[in-house]
Amino acid sequence: MAKFILKRLGMMLIAMFMIILLTFVIMHSVPGSPFTNTKGVPEEVIAAMEAKYGLDQPYYVQFFSYLGGVLQGDFGPSYRYTGQTVNDFIAAGAPVSARLGLVTVVFVLAAAIPMGILAALKNGKWQDMLLMALATIGVTIPSFVIASLLIYVFSYMLNWLPTFGLDSWQGYILPVIALGGYSVSYIARLMRSSLLEVMGQDYIRTARAKGLTEFAVVAKHALRNALIPVVTVLGPTIAGLLTGSFVIERIFAIPGLGFYFVNSVSQRDYTTIMGMTIFYAAFLMAMVLLVDIFYCLIDPRIKFENN
Amino acid sequence: MDEILKVEGLKTSFMTSSGEVQAVRGVSFGVRKGEILGIVGESGSGKSVTSMTILRLLADTARIKEGTIRFEGQDLTKVSEKEMRAIRGQKIAMIFQDPMSSLNPLVPVGKQVAEIMKIHHPEMKPEQLKQRTLELFEQVRIPEAAKRLRSYPHEFSGGMRQRVMIAMALANRPDLLIADEPTTALDVTIQDQILKQLRSLQREYGTSIIFITHDLGVVAELCDRVVVMYGGLIMEEAPIEEIFANPLHPYTMGLLASIPGVHKDKSERLQSIAGSPPDMTSPPAGCPFAPRCPYARNICAAECPPYVQAGGHRAMCWLLQPDAPAEQNPLYGKLAAAEKEVQ
Repeated sequence: MAKFILKRLGMMLIAMFMIILLTFVIMHSVPGSPFTNTKGVPEEVIAAMEAKYGLDQPYYVQFFSYLGGVLQGDFGPSYRYTGQTVNDFIAAGAPVSARLGLVTVVFVLAAAIPMGILAALKNGKWQDMLLMALATIGVTIPSFVIASLLIYVFSYMLNWLPTFGLDSWQGYILPVIALGGYSVSYIARLMRSSLLEVMGQDYIRTARAKGLTEFAVVAKHALRNALIPVVTVLGPTIAGLLTGSFVIERIFAIPGLGFYFVNSVSQRDYTTIMGMTIFYAAFLMAMVLLVDIFYCLIDPRIKFENN
Repeated sequence: MDEILKVEGLKTSFMTSSGEVQAVRGVSFGVRKGEILGIVGESGSGKSVTSMTILRLLADTARIKEGTIRFEGQDLTKVSEKEMRAIRGQKIAMIFQDPMSSLNPLVPVGKQVAEIMKIHHPEMKPEQLKQRTLELFEQVRIPEAAKRLRSYPHEFSGGMRQRVMIAMALANRPDLLIADEPTTALDVTIQDQILKQLRSLQREYGTSIIFITHDLGVVAELCDRVVVMYGGLIMEEAPIEEIFANPLHPYTMGLLASIPGVHKDKSERLQSIAGSPPDMTSPPAGCPFAPRCPYARNICAAECPPYVQAGGHRAMCWLLQPDAPAEQNPLYGKLAAAEKEVQ
């Protein structure tokens, strides 16, 4: 187990290096410097600013000094907001995104798994049809359309819920639904098909032949097997939800990571873009590792050594 | 003789989108106490559906259309689902064809065996359950049984898994064991071991067995009596010696001829019965085997023949009727011979 985790951590380091290198290369291949857009500023001032941030150095020097900073957990200063660092943005945005994300994760799990189970057990009946119709809508309609629709109905027409911000618990309702809608639909469909497949397995017939009630057959034998594929997608899904959504945070004016990310992209704030990309990548990899460890705990067929 | 199970006029169908599939079309047989009854037939003959109907383990699309299944004074087609659950695993147990997929991959094998006892004997303590499971593992000859209780199915070979299934099936000392092709998925050597084990446990426990197979060789080794099924009907039923010595149905004769044997000339090709089984959405009006039967006459396809009986041997074939012609009739006079045997 320890060996497996160490090996995976080593692989993650290599992957992280590649991601840092790639974001660095892509950022620097964009024409112009972060200061070119600033109108009416004399050449000498731009040159001085570039010198201040080390942008006049050769690329490899810039890269290694940046890499050194990242290794110490320092993503460097923002090029746009004087006196602020990328770490400041992450520290400000991440908790907001994480709080919204956590609520969404709970909502997704609490809604999707029972929905999938119910649909599978009522396979072909009206409950199944209704849930899967809803899930299909949830998967196909983009979140910003759902968000706009929700705001129109519940905030504008009915005036029940606020249109923006997370100041009260009511404020969470619409962003959580809009952010989690896709995941709920996707996981419910996955849960349904997975459970249906498991219910057709020979060992379910064995369980029935033992004299177990149908409830015990599902609860003791089918569910754990059916959850395995769901756990696989849960890692990236949770990482995605916790790190925030550009679109949803923008629509509901929530000052999370996504909000800062979109701002930094539109303002060519190089270090912020890179820092956030790296932060997101590291978080995603950590979640995937967690899922893999959890995987081995629920499925005895998977051995750590084989990975 | 004591019959612990009596199936009469059983008809089971599946309601599918392409119509009603009449898998079992009127089957009657009995299982005596302590005997091993073989049910032989090719895929789609209705043998597995018959056995699954007894335990009511069929898919939701299946319907028992007609008939009764008498077991210990109850009609299993009529009892409630709750009563049926009390019978499953306790009075009637089942072993399935594929041991690789019949065990839950996420649960240790010992726990899976203990579970069947826990359901029907909730008063048993964890220690007792463990002790009894260990005993069962030793009885089915799982080496290092104590260590293996906590193993997972994937750590076992196919043969070992089937032993676990047998241990599970026998755990509550059932009156009847239904074994649906339990050795088909195994190597021949393992198959032989499993059969011997089943036989010795059956003697020890006095359990009756319905042994479903398509392999007449296995039947010869194990069974006391045999029922030959085709097209959802019983073609022939006879004590084991009779079926090999004096088959009374062209289908049975075809099956016997297609057993590969070491004694046969190597240059000779393996014999088979030409054609394929009937489509059960629209089963033929006459004998289901008529289209493939080398001796079929006009009447065979038009009408189903009645059973003729000589002692414990019965068969349904027009060739056995008293007015059947002698020429081109391999069964001519065979019934009389069978009757003479009985007397």
